[in-house]
Amino acid sequence: MLTVDIQIHQPYALTSPLDLHARFELPAGRCLGIMGASGSGKTTLLHSIAGLLMPSAGVIRSGDSLWFDHKQAVQLPPWQRPVGLVFQDGRLFPHMSVEQNLRYGMPADLARIVLPEVVDILAIQPLLKRKPSELSGGEKQRVAIGRALLRQPSVLLMDEPLSGLDDQLKQQVLPYIKQVIATFGLPTLYVSHVGDEVAEVADEVFMLAQGQLRQAK
Amino acid sequence: MWNLSPAELAIVLLSLKVAACCVLVLLLPAIGMAWLLARKQFWGHALVDALVHLPMVLPPVVLGYMLLVLLGRRGWIGRWLYEQFHIQLTFHWWGAVIASAVMAFPLMVRAIRQALMQVNPLLEQAAQTLGASPAKTFLTITLPLAYHGVLTGGILAFSRSLGEFGATITFAGNLEGETRTLPLAIYSLTQSPEGDAAALRLVILSVLVSVAALLVSQWLERRLLRSQR
Repeated sequence: MLTVDIQIHQPYALTSPLDLHARFELPAGRCLGIMGASGSGKTTLLHSIAGLLMPSAGVIRSGDSLWFDHKQAVQLPPWQRPVGLVFQDGRLFPHMSVEQNLRYGMPADLARIVLPEVVDILAIQPLLKRKPSELSGGEKQRVAIGRALLRQPSVLLMDEPLSGLDDQLKQQVLPYIKQVIATFGLPTLYVSHVGDEVAEVADEVFMLAQGQLRQAK
Repeated sequence: MWNLSPAELAIVLLSLKVAACCVLVLLLPAIGMAWLLARKQFWGHALVDALVHLPMVLPPVVLGYMLLVLLGRRGWIGRWLYEQFHIQLTFHWWGAVIASAVMAFPLMVRAIRQALMQVNPLLEQAAQTLGASPAKTFLTITLPLAYHGVLTGGILAFSRSLGEFGATITFAGNLEGETRTLPLAIYSLTQSPEGDAAALRLVILSVLVSVAALLVSQWLERRLLRSQR
């Protein structure tokens, strides 16, 4: 279970000043969709959960593990938070093969989520020896999802994973995302500005507007 | 004309040894300094940057003299090195390494810094979300992606060391078989009435060694780029 209750105050944000309050609980096996316009703070929220940004106040907890607590001055660095973050642009490492990318975040000891299973579900077996520059946009995102899963995360964060793809590619990748969520049962936060996409993936949809997270009707 | 005497061969080998050691000695400090200047903002950044680049604008003889004051046998640090460990850098080939390393430092830092600045910091961020500590991120993402800068910096430092004259002769001296590298040997030969032919041979050798170093660097860079594509 991921518990988030944070405030983010960014008076000098690039697009416009950001004042955000997010409060929700995300149980295992549930996918929470967050919709919002550009600049509403969707990415900022995900980055705060992943530890890439520090919220101004509040608490982030995953199960018994405290990731952030402003009052107790707890701020786990990103590399100590078991988070699988899929970025908008994939961010595959260009000097590594697909397989090396997939293995990058894998722990050395026993893993719940194993490489053959991920490769199979995402249908990326033929890509393993290729470099990211040899992949299409859809293939890159599938590899990025696989890489995030193999990190053995306790929560999966997807930051507009389809935004860089055309409609045809989106329709190709979307079933893989749904299957990943269904198969691994990870609490998943899916962020996008496209309503249909979020509705198709998420069990519950929230709107992020004027700094507030409200359940969509 | 082309038969090198054992003495001439020794000069070439000494020059190569000094240049190779110069690169090895510089590698870690140059990478560290380049990273500091490329990625960190701190009070005094501009001053550190200026100090790093000082050898590029100061006359080499001035740097050689400063090294002598600092590391010479009666120098501030040199005296202590000699008294504690019997280490004497002047009139020793390690002195030539230090002199050329000081001269080559800014070249290497500049090349690596440029390459580090081209590495997308978002990739480093991605590595950290995959559990990589800052050290692992640097070693597995940043440095491999900036490898061409390290290579270019190494070749620049090697070439600068091969051509280094002023700081070396001032600090390490011009001792045959110990600190007399190619430029110093050429200079010495031009001072002797009979040395023209030998000087010319060494000049041609200098050019050949430098061209070979540049060709090797281009070959390595091509290989590296191919492997990263």
